[in-house]
Amino acid sequence: MLRKFLPHPWLTLVVTIVWVMLVNVITLNAIVFGLILGIIIPIVTSAYWPERPTLRNPMMIIEYLLVVLLDIVRANIQVALIILGKRNEDMKPGWVTVPLDLRSPEAITVLAGTITMTPGTVSSDLSEDGHSLLVHCLDTDDPDAVVAQIKDRYERRLKEIFE
Amino acid sequence: MSIIGEIIISVLLVGAGFFGLVGSFGLLKLDQPMTRLHAPTKATTLGVGGVLIASMLFFLFFAEGITFHELMITLFLFVTAPVVAHFIAKAHLHRNWKPEDLPSPEGSTRWSTYCEPDQPGSGKPDSTEP
Repeated sequence: MLRKFLPHPWLTLVVTIVWVMLVNVITLNAIVFGLILGIIIPIVTSAYWPERPTLRNPMMIIEYLLVVLLDIVRANIQVALIILGKRNEDMKPGWVTVPLDLRSPEAITVLAGTITMTPGTVSSDLSEDGHSLLVHCLDTDDPDAVVAQIKDRYERRLKEIFE
Repeated sequence: MSIIGEIIISVLLVGAGFFGLVGSFGLLKLDQPMTRLHAPTKATTLGVGGVLIASMLFFLFFAEGITFHELMITLFLFVTAPVVAHFIAKAHLHRNWKPEDLPSPEGSTRWSTYCEPDQPGSGKPDSTEP
């Protein structure tokens, strides 16, 4: 019964918070209307998202966000230096394959998004069975180090959050 | 107090403008479609991020108080930008690259861009395994 009424409790929470932030004032009005949207939207869309993702360790999300923000700033400076300081002929762009230990589709989506948002790497394709990710590097001497960094910094934490 | 706020906001705006400019310049300077894809995904992170933080600080210091709209813009950008980049990369792979030129995935599968659309399970990660 509760499962039918609230197919995605986390989505309900997120939709409510997003609505209150969009309205930009914290009033009872906004919270109640946000809750109504937060209950209706997950029910209407539950046919397209049948499985409920498990969040094993939600507090870890904060640490993950901090690590990603720090990496974005640091890597942005690196990429700016590459763009401004290196000639196109000297760059070594290349593909790397990242083997995935993650299995939940939500976790893989977050990982692929993180790889794209951290400068220097763009996730380009997923293998047929969903067990490896194709990543393009802007400039790399050592593809193995890129893979090791992705696995150690992001995938390990995502595994703790989702699985 | 207000002079410190103004300095912080100015530094953030100039820094964000610089990274936005470098991102746009990279779009012109880089010479391959895949490397060119790196430039716009970068400008959205630090370039737009700096402007949004500056905007939040401005409203906090000099106007009606805290606003959440900048956080929402950040959220929507971080949700949409990687998806768009992923699809541009996939379309480019599909039209211009052969599977032989790419590193092969783990195991005996193919990249999902090159799978037949009718095959069962093509491009769909299996969520049944633990």
